[in-house]
Amino acid sequence: MTKINIIATATEADGGVAARHHGFIRMVLRRFLRHRLAVAGAVVVVLLCASALFANLLAPHDPTFLDTRHRFLAPFQDMGFLLGTDELGRDTLSRLLYGGRVSLAVGLVAMLTTIVSGLLIGLTAGYYGGWIDDLLMRFVDTMLCFPQVFLLLVVAAFVPPTLISISLIIGLTSWMEVARIVRGEMLYLKEQDFVQAARALGAGGARIMFRELLPNAIAPVLVAATLKVATAVLMESYISYLGYGIQPPLASWGNMLTNAQGYFDTVPYLAILPGALITLAVMSFNFLGDGLRDALDPRLKMD
Amino acid sequence: MLHYVLRRMLHAVPLMIGVSIVGFGLMHLAPGGPLAVYTLNPTITAQDIERIKVVFGLDQPVYVQYVKWAIGMFTGSWGYTFFGGRPVLVVILERVPATLLLMGSALSIAVVVGMFVGILGAVRRYSVFDYLATTGAMFALSFPTFWFGLMAIYVFALQLRWLPSGGMYELGAEGEILDLLRHLTLPTMVLALVIVATWSRYTRSSFLEVIHQDYIRTARAKGLRAPAILFRHAFPNAVKPLIALLGVQLPFLFSGALVTETIFGWPGMGRLFVDALTMKEYPVLMGMMMFTAFFVIFSNLIADVAIALIDPRIRLG
Repeated sequence: MTKINIIATATEADGGVAARHHGFIRMVLRRFLRHRLAVAGAVVVVLLCASALFANLLAPHDPTFLDTRHRFLAPFQDMGFLLGTDELGRDTLSRLLYGGRVSLAVGLVAMLTTIVSGLLIGLTAGYYGGWIDDLLMRFVDTMLCFPQVFLLLVVAAFVPPTLISISLIIGLTSWMEVARIVRGEMLYLKEQDFVQAARALGAGGARIMFRELLPNAIAPVLVAATLKVATAVLMESYISYLGYGIQPPLASWGNMLTNAQGYFDTVPYLAILPGALITLAVMSFNFLGDGLRDALDPRLKMD
Repeated sequence: MLHYVLRRMLHAVPLMIGVSIVGFGLMHLAPGGPLAVYTLNPTITAQDIERIKVVFGLDQPVYVQYVKWAIGMFTGSWGYTFFGGRPVLVVILERVPATLLLMGSALSIAVVVGMFVGILGAVRRYSVFDYLATTGAMFALSFPTFWFGLMAIYVFALQLRWLPSGGMYELGAEGEILDLLRHLTLPTMVLALVIVATWSRYTRSSFLEVIHQDYIRTARAKGLRAPAILFRHAFPNAVKPLIALLGVQLPFLFSGALVTETIFGWPGMGRLFVDALTMKEYPVLMGMMMFTAFFVIFSNLIADVAIALIDPRIRLG
């Protein structure tokens, strides 16, 4: 076994690395493109992100402008207000665009928080092993005993709700699975020959962790990151819906729904639209993540 | 077997200590601390706060407070509510039956439907049914629970008027089974949807893994019929990760129940949690956190023991 590995490493060192790397990306791309729903997911994600990014250019109205002459307009009733207006005469389309900006920003920042904390804890636990591993993994187990929405709400209720604080809270209550995934990868990777080689060359712990181990564990982390954006968007909508998330007048898809609930039996479209967008965004990220998982799975490398 | 159960119970001890440290830490890290409800009240003076601190023992060092609080947790004295002064444990236990009823009915429906869909998907892999089921599951996983709940209320309660939109009983019908079932239907449906999705996905992959193993091929070669292979040979092995899933999924289920109970005004623990949050009822919030965490630890323990009963390798190894 070791012998074969040495030979494999030797051929890699001969300069075939760049070519092989290129081939890998091409293969992943090919496999990803075959997954139609994942491609659709990717397209929707790009569209949603672009519309959030350029919300100020795309929105026909100021999302906070109150126009009491045009309250409760139905979609397509007045072409000046394409998707209608809410109880204060605010333009729904503009609010959805700006709300998307907030919801997706929360999703991204929360995902980054999740990934960074999960990576740090998973890398440390997996690389050092022993009592450090035991301690960190018991901490992971402990955090997983609490229902996430309970944790989120307890913290969110006592912290001033801003975009950043909400994102951090979501991120800091959902890193546990990432830590487990990364630790699992580490346990396998750190026994590999290239790590032994790096160690023999005198590389320190941090260097080995971030320069040798991390790049090799990037595929599962990438998949987890995509799926975490989906859950973070969902979580933001939960806590905003319950009144502890993004506060009005700033719109997010979650708090638009809370607002709409009061007029639910007479103007249901106010609730249908933001909910549909949350579903669309979450589903697209989920499909994208699923497609990436299939495309990057090393066990399927042979086809 | 006894040995295994005891060893597994020992594993739960550090977890319980960890849970209590996190719970206690949260309570003390929050701005205003456990006395937020008093410090935020302008009519209460600084001297009053000091007196209240002494009464609650908050003038003592943190570790003394923790030990006292933790002993209280394990001996059943969970403190009293700020408003009304009722024992926290009683307040929580009152709400447990409603939540367990909701979670239990949603879970049993979801498990049966999810496993059926998952097994069929695994057996007829890449069929139209499989494709629809996996896509549908992804759909269901992406619905915000509360939005699905609102839609269900709109269609079945407001438009069709088939089912009530919330609550547990009609006025004056307390304790009537039929009325209860009518009220239970929509929240169960909403809560079950997400669990069905997870269960069908896990069942599918678990069965796929098992039915391609050699012993299944052997059974087929012996000429056994498909149902016999599926249920006598594949099932016990494929069901093990699913039992573990049951334990792992529980916190998720509590989260879902909280949201579902809020939409439907279902008088369970989730409702209590949200109400306690608006009133800043710290003792209730901490009690709820501890209660659910202990419940999760206990259920995982049960799940592990159940798996060991099925698989001798685990209890002996």
